[in-house]
Amino acid sequence: MSYQTDRARVTGLGSAKQGTGHFWEQRISAIALMILAPLFLFPLAYNLGDTFENVRAAYAHPVNAIIAVAFIITAFLHLNQGLQVVFEDYVHGRWGTVLIISARLFCSLCALTGVFAILKIAFSA
Amino acid sequence: MVELTLPKNSRIRVGKSWPKPEGATNTRKFLIYRWSAEDGENPSVDTYFVDLDDCGPMVLDALIWIKTNIDPTLSFRRSCREGICGSCAMNIGGQNHLACIFGMDEVKGDVKIYPLPHLPVVRDLVPDLTHFYAQHASIMPWLETQTNQPTKEWRQSIEDRKKLDGLYECVMCASCSTSCPSYWWNSDRYLGPAALLHAYRWIIDSRDEATGERLDDLEDPFKLYRCHTIMNCTQTCPKGLNPARAIAEIKKKMVARTI
Repeated sequence: MSYQTDRARVTGLGSAKQGTGHFWEQRISAIALMILAPLFLFPLAYNLGDTFENVRAAYAHPVNAIIAVAFIITAFLHLNQGLQVVFEDYVHGRWGTVLIISARLFCSLCALTGVFAILKIAFSA
Repeated sequence: MVELTLPKNSRIRVGKSWPKPEGATNTRKFLIYRWSAEDGENPSVDTYFVDLDDCGPMVLDALIWIKTNIDPTLSFRRSCREGICGSCAMNIGGQNHLACIFGMDEVKGDVKIYPLPHLPVVRDLVPDLTHFYAQHASIMPWLETQTNQPTKEWRQSIEDRKKLDGLYECVMCASCSTSCPSYWWNSDRYLGPAALLHAYRWIIDSRDEATGERLDDLEDPFKLYRCHTIMNCTQTCPKGLNPARAIAEIKKKMVARTI
């Protein structure tokens, strides 16, 4: 039982004074992915099934390597932003916090692994 | 928190079926949600038959006919019967609408009437709008000024006044907010389309001097950014307004002041 007024309940802890950054960056990363995804996927599809040496040579080219790294970082950044929104929508309380932190760790780990793999290919040719 | 099933005490059972009115040849079947705190029972859906030859064309006419001729215990809100007071909002045939301006002929088959979704029910078709009204009050729905009061009036150009068209007409019926899934799951923190449309109405008012403070108050991941442009609000608005556009305009202003 609580005698808190309805107005106090609505006001809650007040405004967080943030959220626009997340909203705007999610749109920017989406637009960036529209450009980066084809640039990443075309060379990937072109080299599929080719010999290891040829694939390594392709990704040793700075343009391909930089685009691949940019794509991987942006894709996992965007994934993290999207997952955070989903968890904020549907999962509240302690589990929500746990899932948001887990998503950030998972996406960071995936992005780092992807970048490491690309750099290893790029610099071992 | 997302809820995909009804709680045990809200599960709907089949209710009473009232007989067809004697002598009526042109009837329409109405299935109406009933619940009262007094009997301790789960909600039910009662069946009524309305004599269309003795009743007006709107859904509200039918509800009043039922209350007058069949079941005086049926509870619902109504006042102006012309879509200006916003009292008779309810879920008719799966869509939130004002019963007074929603024709029976707009519903195919039986007319199913439920209270506005995901709100506590006071009785039958009467939802508890206390929280909804408190959210509206929280956006300061009045003119905020710092400049000394002019001797005659706060002046506004015709162009600036036109910016309020499509916003000032909102009658706070709650159809939009209660059709919004984000509002269903997060109404404790998300203000919902109705309150945000009103917020924008004051943000865009050329006479208001608290635009920055209004945006400050809304800048929050939950108060504003739970809107994901689902557009149920715009689709359902009985007045034909566009709350989704108002929310998008608020977001544009938020971004404009950061970049």
